[in-house]
Amino acid sequence: MSAAVAPEKPERPEEPERPGVPHKRATAGTASLRSVGRDYVARLRGGELGALPAVLGLVVLCVFFASLRPVFLSELNFANLLTQGTGSIAIAMGLVFVLLLGEIDLSAGYASGVCAAVLAILLTDHGWPWYGAVGAAILTGTFIGLVLGLLVAKVGIPSFVVTLAAFLAFQGVVLMLLKEGTNISIRDETILAVANDNLSPALGWALLATGVTAYAAVQLRQNRNRGRRGLATAPPALLAVRIGGLAVLGSIAVHLLNRERSRNIIVDSLKGVPIVVPVIAVLLVAGTFVLQRTSFGLHIYAVGGNAEAARRAGINVAAIRVSAFVICSSLAAVGGIVAASRGNSVDPNTGGSNVLLLAVGAAVIGGTSLFGGRGRVMDAVLGGMVVAVIQNGMGLMGYSSGVKYAVTGSVLLVAAGVDALSRRRAVRR
Amino acid sequence: MTATPILRLRGIEKSFGPVQVLHDVAFDVHPGEVTALVGDNGAGKSTLVKCIGGIHPFDGGEYWFEGERVQVHSPRDAAAMGVEIVYQDLALCDNLDIVQNMFLGREKRRGLVLDDATMEEMAARTLEGLSVRTVKSIRQQVSSLSGGQRQTVAIAKAVLWNSKVVVLDEPTAALGVAQTAQVLELVRRLADNGLAVVLISHNMNDVFAVSDRIAALYLGRMAAQVKASDVTHSQIVELITSGRSGDLGLVHTNGATP
Repeated sequence: MSAAVAPEKPERPEEPERPGVPHKRATAGTASLRSVGRDYVARLRGGELGALPAVLGLVVLCVFFASLRPVFLSELNFANLLTQGTGSIAIAMGLVFVLLLGEIDLSAGYASGVCAAVLAILLTDHGWPWYGAVGAAILTGTFIGLVLGLLVAKVGIPSFVVTLAAFLAFQGVVLMLLKEGTNISIRDETILAVANDNLSPALGWALLATGVTAYAAVQLRQNRNRGRRGLATAPPALLAVRIGGLAVLGSIAVHLLNRERSRNIIVDSLKGVPIVVPVIAVLLVAGTFVLQRTSFGLHIYAVGGNAEAARRAGINVAAIRVSAFVICSSLAAVGGIVAASRGNSVDPNTGGSNVLLLAVGAAVIGGTSLFGGRGRVMDAVLGGMVVAVIQNGMGLMGYSSGVKYAVTGSVLLVAAGVDALSRRRAVRR
Repeated sequence: MTATPILRLRGIEKSFGPVQVLHDVAFDVHPGEVTALVGDNGAGKSTLVKCIGGIHPFDGGEYWFEGERVQVHSPRDAAAMGVEIVYQDLALCDNLDIVQNMFLGREKRRGLVLDDATMEEMAARTLEGLSVRTVKSIRQQVSSLSGGQRQTVAIAKAVLWNSKVVVLDEPTAALGVAQTAQVLELVRRLADNGLAVVLISHNMNDVFAVSDRIAALYLGRMAAQVKASDVTHSQIVELITSGRSGDLGLVHTNGATP
């Protein structure tokens, strides 16, 4: 045989498939808790760290700050901590969609500023009702995302460049909207309440109970359906841990937040879950549902994992790209509204300075990959909490903003490093 | 000829700009058989396959499928008829699991929500039907699979949709010895299950191990389409390198148009 015709391919030494090993049908029956644990460890070793670094980091940071500054654990500070991070978290949730595609949106911070400015102008200068102004602000975000997405997906400009240009341009737009730097204060009760008011203690408990019950119902029903059809089911103990964990952590949080935290009770009573917390929770549930349970979400992961494979599977890759940017900028608008509520006003710095970097940091620290294809909306919440704890704890310790920035930057770098290394580990296999 | 061919191409012409890649190509694919498509680099194998799969339109010629003349304009048209192509790069998403990859772009849904349970069942049944035993869990990510397992998933993805013709582009090119044997076994099983399989390969050992028929392309022309049992290794090699071998092959092979 001529060597030119049938070149023997150099055989890559590869582990044989061990056909002799009896095949265990892992697709049926209930997995034992132990095998679930073993699979988890195997995944960790394979470089799929998931939320682990963020959760560990959160615990370590909390213990660290609590031991040095006991006031860190006070009810007042706990409530502060939750509301502090929410603006960034909303923006980070949107960024997760863009990061999943392996793209980036550097303009999300100022996009939130533009939307907040639109909100403030409509509310204060034009006397619009709050729902009209909120709708207009979110629509502004949607439009921004549409333009950015079309420039990236249809024109083909790298997202880094498009959004860097938008970053500068939106900074200018905010200045123009606010007439060269005046600030517009917000007086609308409803908008102010979002970040500054609390749910009544009873309502807090009721919402928690509803949430836990719904979660348990979904989990149990899903497991029962799978069991009935002979598919692999999660061990009951694992379900109990998940549902119980949510109930216990939620109860501790609601209990702490429902305690009186006002410094002067006679002047003002301050207790209950901040309204912004359920707002974030709703976004979290909605975002998770879209990413994990719908075709659209699956297609986002597919485009981020292998755009060519997605295209051949008949997925409209350009439409997926555009919609991710639309979601990102729309959620940035929500972040802008929360920030405006928290600051009681909108000024040229709303959504500026470190907002974007904290949001990107939140997503990456939470475990969303900068290389695309890996990430969850939950990452934005976990990472956002880490960022908020660093900012809050270091503030209590009396460090200057300079040190806070430097430390937050370092943590972001560490998270990105973990991401890159775990990816290399996964690829090497 | 036993049964009528399920896929029948006649007089296929295709050029890219000034370069004519396929000249008057005839090609038959029969159900229940493995048809090997061989040819040297640049002979037009990939172009022919892409035309069959609807990625490139033909410039001229007839495409018959199940006895009817059809027009195939897009991969969707081809898939709708039951023609699936497994490309060399497999087109799998590493970050998705086996089930998600198999259903990508054609997910089963209940209302708005993905019907994971049904998809998992169908995927498990398909893999079972192919006697695939090497994957631990069909919910594991494709990034954790070996080359042979990936090839298996790509093939399973192609046969999931009650496809009738499956085209495999160099399925064993990147595999080790043991995995090559497994994939070839799978290829044979597909044909034994009644599918029409087209196998593109450079490796004569693979070709003779599993094929019923061999079609040799030479410089964009179909040199010969013969039964594997009627020819020898060296005859096929001659067909590939010079376009003819004894009585077989093209009449004019000096590059002049006949």
